[in-house]
Amino acid sequence: MTESWLTVYRLQACPYCERVIRVLDELELPYHSRFVEPMHSERNVVKRLTGSRSVPALVDDRNDVILTESENIVNYLRGVYGDGN
Amino acid sequence: MAIDFEVTDLGAADHPTVGEPAPAFTRPLVTAEYWEDTALSALEPPVVLVFAPMLGSFPATYIYDELADRAWDDQYDVSVVGCTISTPYDIARFLDAEDYPYPLFSDPANGVAERYGVVHDLDGMAGVSEPRPAVFVIDDDRSIQYAWAATEWPAFPPYDAIADALASR
Repeated sequence: MTESWLTVYRLQACPYCERVIRVLDELELPYHSRFVEPMHSERNVVKRLTGSRSVPALVDDRNDVILTESENIVNYLRGVYGDGN
Repeated sequence: MAIDFEVTDLGAADHPTVGEPAPAFTRPLVTAEYWEDTALSALEPPVVLVFAPMLGSFPATYIYDELADRAWDDQYDVSVVGCTISTPYDIARFLDAEDYPYPLFSDPANGVAERYGVVHDLDGMAGVSEPRPAVFVIDDDRSIQYAWAATEWPAFPPYDAIADALASR
């Protein structure tokens, strides 16, 4: 519900998603948290945005960036919003 | 031959009435694609907030069918939203399977119904509480413009009266 330029698509109980959430919290970044369904075939919103159905996915409206893979997302967040930025 | 139809008397609901502020809440708002914590105040007013029994029950089916058929959002420029104790997963499947056009708030603990004074403790389903059917039209200033809550079970919203309330805005 938070007003933010960041949106995370996540799956309940998915450790890779939680990893992204932990980094967002650590960097004190507000974000929209959107849960999708476990069935890959039901994740059309993620497919439309990222071209794949994997989560987590991050949308950064401020920088016009869309990312998948928790490693990529975490590196991006730390690089752009971490200390010294 | 007329058949006696036994309805259960629920008594009067103690819900907010016309002119009173609509109780605020935040719950996961479920669309066919995802769910996200959303405040009632984030919806574009006016809002038609519809409390219905859990998905799968026949009253829920009838109520949602009627709402979809009436398409009040086209005619009156309102946001139509439901509130149910069904889980986000149930709701997402329902929206997808039925191609139902409006989002639903998921409120398994029934706290929103409690706030709106429309709790219905279900007989024969121990520990399960859901909203009684109820409809609130919430105005631009977040006050109640129209309110209806079932006083018997089963009961269905007075759709024409709600449409009149929307038309009179």
